[in-house]
Amino acid sequence: MTDTQTTSIPSPAPASDREPLLKVTGLTRHFPIRSGLMRRQTGAVRAVDGIDFTVNAGETLGVVGESGCGKSTMGRLVTRLDEPTAGKIEFEGTDITHLGVGAMRPMRRDIQMIFQDPYSSLNPRHTVGTIVSAPFKLQGVQPEGGVKKAVQELLELCGLSPEHYNRYPHEFSGGQRQRIGIARALALKPKMIVADEPVSALDVSIQAQVVNLLDDLQQELGLTYLIIAHDLSVVRHVSDRVAVMYLGKVVEIADRDSLYRSPMHPYTNALMSAVPVPDPRRRQRAGRERILLTGDVPSPINPPSGCRFRTRCWKAQDICSSQEPPLVALKTGHQVACHFPENAPSGNAPAETAS
Amino acid sequence: MTDLQKTPADAASAPAPAGDPFLSVRDLRIHFDTDDGLVRSVDGVSFDLHKGRTLGIVGESGSGKSVTSLGIMGLHRSKRARISGEIRLNGEDLISAGPDRVRQLRGRELAMIFQDPLTAMHPYYTVGQQIVEAYRVHHPQATKKQARTRAVEMLDRVGIPQPDRRVDDYPHQFSGGMRQRAMIAMALVNDPSLLIADEPTTALDVTVQAQILDLIRDLQEEFGSAVIIITHDLGVVAELADDILVMYGGKCIERGPAETLFDAPEHPYTWGLLGSMPRLDRELQDRLVPVKGTPPSLINVPTGCAFHPRCPYAALTGGRSDSEVPVLAEAAPGHHAACHLPAAERHRIFAEEIAPRL
Ligand SMILES: Nc1ncnc2c1ncn2[C@@H]1O[C@H](COP(=O)(O)OP(=O)(O)OP(=O)(O)O)[C@@H](O)[C@H]1O
Ligand SMILES: Nc1ncnc2c1ncn2[C@@H]1O[C@H](COP(=O)(O)OP(=O)(O)OP(=O)(O)O)[C@@H](O)[C@H]1O
Ligand code: SF4
Ligand code: SF4
Ligand SMILES: [Mg+2]
Ligand SMILES: [Mg+2]
Repeated sequence: MTDTQTTSIPSPAPASDREPLLKVTGLTRHFPIRSGLMRRQTGAVRAVDGIDFTVNAGETLGVVGESGCGKSTMGRLVTRLDEPTAGKIEFEGTDITHLGVGAMRPMRRDIQMIFQDPYSSLNPRHTVGTIVSAPFKLQGVQPEGGVKKAVQELLELCGLSPEHYNRYPHEFSGGQRQRIGIARALALKPKMIVADEPVSALDVSIQAQVVNLLDDLQQELGLTYLIIAHDLSVVRHVSDRVAVMYLGKVVEIADRDSLYRSPMHPYTNALMSAVPVPDPRRRQRAGRERILLTGDVPSPINPPSGCRFRTRCWKAQDICSSQEPPLVALKTGHQVACHFPENAPSGNAPAETAS
Repeated sequence: MTDLQKTPADAASAPAPAGDPFLSVRDLRIHFDTDDGLVRSVDGVSFDLHKGRTLGIVGESGSGKSVTSLGIMGLHRSKRARISGEIRLNGEDLISAGPDRVRQLRGRELAMIFQDPLTAMHPYYTVGQQIVEAYRVHHPQATKKQARTRAVEMLDRVGIPQPDRRVDDYPHQFSGGMRQRAMIAMALVNDPSLLIADEPTTALDVTVQAQILDLIRDLQEEFGSAVIIITHDLGVVAELADDILVMYGGKCIERGPAETLFDAPEHPYTWGLLGSMPRLDRELQDRLVPVKGTPPSLINVPTGCAFHPRCPYAALTGGRSDSEVPVLAEAAPGHHAACHLPAAERHRIFAEEIAPRL
């Protein structure tokens, strides 16, 4: 339990040895909306609305997408913190979609979550020591050298000081609290970590440490990550593949380089163009290069017919409102759901070259 | 209907402002008594901010950025907090003003977008009720209906879909980013003269982020507001800030115009900061280069320059780095840094070792 701080890094398993660790099919979560005296259901927030993807052992799938498009909900579903309305979740070939609390317990060790909100995810009445050691207690694990030592090592590993053991969350800054959450998630050395915005509360130098740390842990322990983040530069750095979500759907999923070099979905193109460039001299130009999304921001309560992006898409045609574009592979390792994709290899256009 | 079409005004080329600053902070110190000892969260920070200008505050996590801004807002109530120095808003000192006076100013003159959406939003009231309340405190003549219309309008402006329906949702029914936007709507509802935005866009995707930054620029253009933006996203500060202040260990270690801070940063910590960020406008690096070491303890702050245990150049200052606290000194016009390295030496190191890697 205590060797997470070792820094020697064996080379990662070759890609061919990888197999899907997590497989998700038709995953759906609708939150009922109730109103009136009888609290009758009058509608539903279609937070996650039929998504399919796989994550291979040892790889990192990055997930990006607009705020409210269902990323956190998806993360909570695959870690089984929330019940799906429909669909199937398989972990190492086992269907875990509806496993009860008891049957899920051994799985919990294997799949850990790092939460988006470093404030509400830590119990304010517990010391850091109690928080980080909670997984040991829950799982009845007795780490070598004792709980306190293990926790202090985890704290150090995450850039905190062992002397923080007896302090309370409110005494820490946002970034420090996020590191406490990461230390807790690492305690049981899980196989897979679902990280919801793991570094967005961190300043860039700590962010770099945590990204490198996640990297090292992945190589050393063969960890698999599902990383939800909105920072496209961080996602590019950490991911092997990237999924782009929009309003409860996956609209594009591709190998990292393919996605960043030739994004196909118009929404992905808009995202890429809006990334703020850390160069004040470029701000005028950045303003002009940005693809400006106009039109109604749709609601997951009654999403647009056909393509959900059509209310804001500059390429939308009639077919976009009548037919939902399926997610299809337009080239190896690159799937997109759009009737008129950008950068698409087509019969008369030369296929994208590797560089 | 959300208006995403405004092109950002370029404030960077605006001339340096004349006249009295709207906000003036002098030697601000905020320390906390804890069981482990005195935490020097903010330890002698000074800066000026004029109307219509934007100051970006960056720096390490735990360096005192949020504590500084909560101090300006008069929100350190705990008996364990010790505050000294001066915070003048429009000439009036907020530290000596009573809590009632500060409360009066808060919301209208001073507003803050909190890093932690849950401190600003109450779980038992709907999002709409909270924005309405914030509006009516400063607009007592407004009817309930007017206030509600204003709340829906604000939710629309921050890009909440179907604002007329979602105005009646409770905060837990919003996603992280939606909660953040609701809080932004609440902070902007009274068109404040000074807006402090603490990590306003951390939970937002870039298209919404761009929209929020436009909204802040609009506020500034329309009402000449002064803005402090705290963020670790250097892309965001580069887009928005006229001046940048870098904090480390409770102190301001560098301060200057945005352009020179990015082009010719003076302080070794700032070099580390700029060097550790992944950038989409650069080739993919194999590995990020973090600032080595751990953040300083604020109870036992390192002697001399608080950065010295982590600074690769500490040995070049003839022993001063670990014995003498460097003071902020002008290194270039309007650009200050607190480092013992002679300016010429710093410029050489930057040009030879740092700039090629950025
Ligand atoms: N009420 C308090 N009691 C004791 N220490 C505190 C208190 N509030 C903040 N601190 C300490 O003050 C320091 C500065 O905290 P602050 O929240 O200002 O950091 P920050 O620069 O905003 O960091 P981040 O980027 O992570 O948000 C931290 O070390 C924190 O632990
Ligand atoms: N408990 C709930 N009850 C009702 N609606 C919910 C609930 N939780 C989430 N939602 C809704 O589901 C949608 C997706 O929310 P989710 O938190 O998954 O978004 P997200 O992609 O993580 O966004 P962000 O980037 O802002 O964190 C949102 O419209 C949200 O309001
Ligand atoms: S399917 Fe049509 S509306 Fe949707 S993204 Fe493609 S072009 Fe735009
Ligand atoms: S004063 Fe010394 S330790 Fe501090 S930044 Fe300058 S060289 Fe480094
Ligand atoms: Mg989320
Ligand atoms: Mg903070």
